[in-house]
Amino acid sequence: MSEQAPMIVLENLTKRFGPFTAVDGISLNVSKGEVLGFLGPNGAGKSTTMRMVTGFLPITSGAAGVCGFDVANQPQEARRRVGYLPEGAPLYGDMATRNFLGFIAEARGFTGADKTDRVDHAVKRLALESVVNQPIDTLSKGYKRRVGLAQAILHDPDVMILDEPTDGLDPNQKHQVRELIQEMAAEKAIIISTHILEEVTAVCSRATIIARGRIVFDGTPDELQSKAPHHNAVAVRLANADGTAIRDALAGLPDVERVEQPDGASTLMVIPRNGASIVEQVGGLVRDRGAEVDELYVERGHLDDVFRQLTLSE
Amino acid sequence: MHSVWVITKRELAAYFSTPLAYVFIVIFLGLSGALTFFMGAFFERGQADLQSFFSFHPWLYLFLIPAVAMRLWAEERKSGTNELLLTLPVPTWAAVIGKFLAAWAFIAIALILTFPLWITVNWLGEPDNGVILAAYIGSLIMAGGYLAIGSCVSAATKNQVIAFIVAAVVSFLFLMSGVELVQSFFQGWAPLFVTEAIKSMSFLTHFNDIIRGVIDLRDVVFFGSVIGVFLYVNAAIVDLTRGS
Repeated sequence: MSEQAPMIVLENLTKRFGPFTAVDGISLNVSKGEVLGFLGPNGAGKSTTMRMVTGFLPITSGAAGVCGFDVANQPQEARRRVGYLPEGAPLYGDMATRNFLGFIAEARGFTGADKTDRVDHAVKRLALESVVNQPIDTLSKGYKRRVGLAQAILHDPDVMILDEPTDGLDPNQKHQVRELIQEMAAEKAIIISTHILEEVTAVCSRATIIARGRIVFDGTPDELQSKAPHHNAVAVRLANADGTAIRDALAGLPDVERVEQPDGASTLMVIPRNGASIVEQVGGLVRDRGAEVDELYVERGHLDDVFRQLTLSE
Repeated sequence: MHSVWVITKRELAAYFSTPLAYVFIVIFLGLSGALTFFMGAFFERGQADLQSFFSFHPWLYLFLIPAVAMRLWAEERKSGTNELLLTLPVPTWAAVIGKFLAAWAFIAIALILTFPLWITVNWLGEPDNGVILAAYIGSLIMAGGYLAIGSCVSAATKNQVIAFIVAAVVSFLFLMSGVELVQSFFQGWAPLFVTEAIKSMSFLTHFNDIIRGVIDLRDVVFFGSVIGVFLYVNAAIVDLTRGS
């Protein structure tokens, strides 16, 4: 397999449960080095898609391939190359962390010193040293999630499928998990599902939004952000209350579509035409007029707005 | 085969990580002893054999083995760990057989722990130890039949209590099909081959052959087929209920 060939290939992947179509013809390629953020409202088909790629759910129609192996026809070969963190990170709670990881290592075919090395490495990577002999049931949620991640990276897989890896973690734990994903990103093809939008800008090189089982957006996080209604808008807060003259002047700039005044008097929101960068023009104009500026910043746009717009439309 | 062994090891350890194993063993030993001596009239019979011990096994297994089997798959589905297990590079059949073997080994351990009875009977008299060994082996094979039923039923539900009750009822039907009560119900009207067929499905009939000390190939084939069929259905159910 060449370096460039995508490691995860979904072709028209479809899953029906009786009359209900959960995943409706999804096609995607993910290559080495990519971290794909899989976004969508609850029930959009994120987990179902991931479960088909990992071989947990049978595929209704279409195909999924991992590292060139067809998930339906060569399930064992495909599974060997996938590290999977199921939603909610289910674990055998009655086992101690080390025994559990040992079991996963053995089930993945590692024995003897090889097995010990794998387990030790995963324990170190996820900083689980202090809980290796504790039953998993007695661990905190953050530790449980890390044990789940440890079993997913144990065999150093080429492909990682992580279903809501940071769900329910505190901000520090989220940060740790994101760091781990970023560290691994260069060597692997990773899909993470999430409904935390900030996560996409934090760790993903690519964002895919699905709604009702279909892809409604596929691009970089920046492209996603540029679809926000206020993307690249410039907010100006003037010290002196009377901004009418400046407001009219701003509206007259060539790249400005309109100027809004959201909360009464002081702040002007300058909306650009087609998302153009207008901060220099706006700044220049305000300076030329000699107006006193309290605050001037570029609005990146809210991902939440884009998300709502994309997943509620149609 | 490696993956079967890995699953068996984990499952067997799982039994002993909870009080279930110890509770089961204590109850099994207590009940089998009490039944042997009080209901089986071990001393009064005045015979140096373990007939009165083994003859209660079909009844003991009726509710003790569903208790061992109920968690095998229902617990995995309830806690979601089946998603972990079934996405490992382990074929479904290997997981089914691995779990079955673990539970079977666990029952074998409980059975082996009844050895004081064997010592007692050897101390009191001169029993035919060949017959006793055959009966032990036969009892274990029959336990496998109950266990396969229990494992199969466990795969069909997330609820361990339901798994227990349904497995006990199905086992009861298999157990009773040779008893006079059930047979006389059919004998009046059903053709002979039907009553014979129903009778031939009976655990009791087959086991009664075995405890007389004769391990007939037909009995072994019978219990082997029961195990095979139920484990096959078990694997099919596991695959069908993925994700539900």
